Amino acid sequence: MQPLQRVRSKTVVIDSTNVDTDQIIPARFLTTTTKEGLGKQLFADWRYLADGSPNPDFALNRPEAAGCQVLVAGRNFGCGSSREHAPWALMDYGIRAVVSTEIADIFKNNSLKNGLLPITVDETTATWLLTHPGADIDIDLTASRLTLPTGVSVTFPLEAFARHCLLNGIDELGYLRSKLDAIAGYEAARAW
Amino acid sequence: MTARTLFDKVWTAHEVVQETADTPAVLYIDLHLIHEVTSPQAFSVLRSLGLPVRRPDRTLATMDHSTPTSTEQVFGNVPIKVDAAAKQVRQLETNAAEFGVELFNMRDARRGIVHVISPELGATQPGMTIVCGDSHTSTHGAFGALAFGIGSTEVGHVFATQCLLQRKPKTFAINIEGKLQPGVSAKDLILAIIGKIGVSGGTGYVLEYRGSTIRGLSMDERMTICNMSIEAGARAGMIAPDEITFEYLKNKPRAPQGTEWDAAVARWRTLVSDPGATFDASVDIDASTLEPMITYGTNPGMVVPLTGAVPQITGDAVYDKALGYMGFHGGESMLGKRVDVVFIGSCTNGRLEDLQAAAKVLKGRKVAAGVKLLIVPGSQQIKHDAEAMGLAQIFKDAGADWRESGCSMCLGMNGDTVAAGLYSISTSNRNFEGRQGVGARTLLVSPMTAAASAVQGKIADPREFL
Repeated sequence: MQPLQRVRSKTVVIDSTNVDTDQIIPARFLTTTTKEGLGKQLFADWRYLADGSPNPDFALNRPEAAGCQVLVAGRNFGCGSSREHAPWALMDYGIRAVVSTEIADIFKNNSLKNGLLPITVDETTATWLLTHPGADIDIDLTASRLTLPTGVSVTFPLEAFARHCLLNGIDELGYLRSKLDAIAGYEAARAW
Repeated sequence: MTARTLFDKVWTAHEVVQETADTPAVLYIDLHLIHEVTSPQAFSVLRSLGLPVRRPDRTLATMDHSTPTSTEQVFGNVPIKVDAAAKQVRQLETNAAEFGVELFNMRDARRGIVHVISPELGATQPGMTIVCGDSHTSTHGAFGALAFGIGSTEVGHVFATQCLLQRKPKTFAINIEGKLQPGVSAKDLILAIIGKIGVSGGTGYVLEYRGSTIRGLSMDERMTICNMSIEAGARAGMIAPDEITFEYLKNKPRAPQGTEWDAAVARWRTLVSDPGATFDASVDIDASTLEPMITYGTNPGMVVPLTGAVPQITGDAVYDKALGYMGFHGGESMLGKRVDVVFIGSCTNGRLEDLQAAAKVLKGRKVAAGVKLLIVPGSQQIKHDAEAMGLAQIFKDAGADWRESGCSMCLGMNGDTVAAGLYSISTSNRNFEGRQGVGARTLLVSPMTAAASAVQGKIADPREFL
């Protein structure tokens, strides 16, 4: 994994709460056996009309959304299924951070393992972001700080170890494997 | 000694390394369930690193999500219609063989939905940690196991180390008292709980369902409850094991036998929250006043009593969008609404007691003209039992389509889908937009309500059929 310190980008806004993983990547695309190429199916049922053409009303299809690396969405983003295809699809499309007041547990875990930043902010900051699509924001992982173009800046929580791994491009599996002796010891000691 | 919760006891017993401010706990996993959809990428990681599955003896594979439910495709010589699904199934066969993982193949009598077969075999046991690349892994919490869904990267972690890096979640007591009224099921209870705490009310918590109502439920019912913990945002739901749990597990093929059984039960009896144990949050539910429940919107928290109406909410764009998708208006009564497709099945309600409940309503009756009723057992074992007990005949006589086991129309990955605009009355767990097919409109209910609605050809109250 590449080290990740900073994301500076315009935002694209999906002003909807409880955006579930079935919307992020519908189940019919889960028959893949790889992680690649899911970006074109990201938000497929919202993004494309029945004839396959882009839905001009959907945020990602607006011209100003091109190249945006930060997705801002309503509360409880990523709820539902554990499919890691959701962060894979977002990453493949070019999203590097998701900002919301609340992000679902499994989606958050899956995102951190793929270098996608799940950022939770307070209600005031979220409301500002939701009502200012296209805002230029600066996410500094080193300082755990998100700065709005107004100059207002807020810190965001991120699990310490995941943050360390993201900043340094460390794969968590390597760390887990460094504990194999302790794991074998645990197995040997357990009486049941 | 400090009073401890059930969750805390199971968690602590599996800590290989305790968490610190800088590092999460290394948590040992007793049982790793895998299926064809979320495992291929994890096997690829092992292959690229030249690593084996560390504990194949703690790993069990089945195929359920993308598998066909038509007998011709499962047992005949008709190829799997969906090419990509066929590839995924073959990939799991190859991976399981290469890495020495036990697999219940397409024609295996033990195959079925991953969360149905593991309890059925007695592989799911109290006090275990159980994970699977599927959010409904929470089902196994019904046995007093700590069971939760993980992504494919974590599936790879468990393959390679039999452990996961985890922060300790908080605890949430769901205290439920009172007896469920006739016609009101475990499904109605969990829908009411989700309605009360909300679809993200459980985020960051492990729920423990407690109280006299829970103690009175069968294992099938407890699994329905724990299954939908994730729909409240919780990673896991747990129920302390008791005599009902032990009775269920006794003599199951993979449960401990003989003297090992006695030792296991003695240990399992300690798996309760001690009197005075404190939880980080709690809520009280009166089960005796509950009615059958039904969803009206596009997440499981958008739920009302069956005899109620679509709520009237102004100035909420998300609510407006959900109602627009469903084709509903605030104030409309739920009873009598249109039904096109009825689905009885899934890891939520595809077990034998669910089929028995549906059969009670369907016996001697016919599915209404213009309505399609699809009944998909949760496992091949359940299919076999339902056929032996005459339930399948009741379903067929009623005009239902009786299939081979699998996830099927719960998520429509295998081609069992609902067409755009049609209304599906479903015993599954998610009513998200497009969940059962592009543009499909899902209403979540109990097996009794589903069966009653199939007979009347509109949303119907199962209490009229008791």
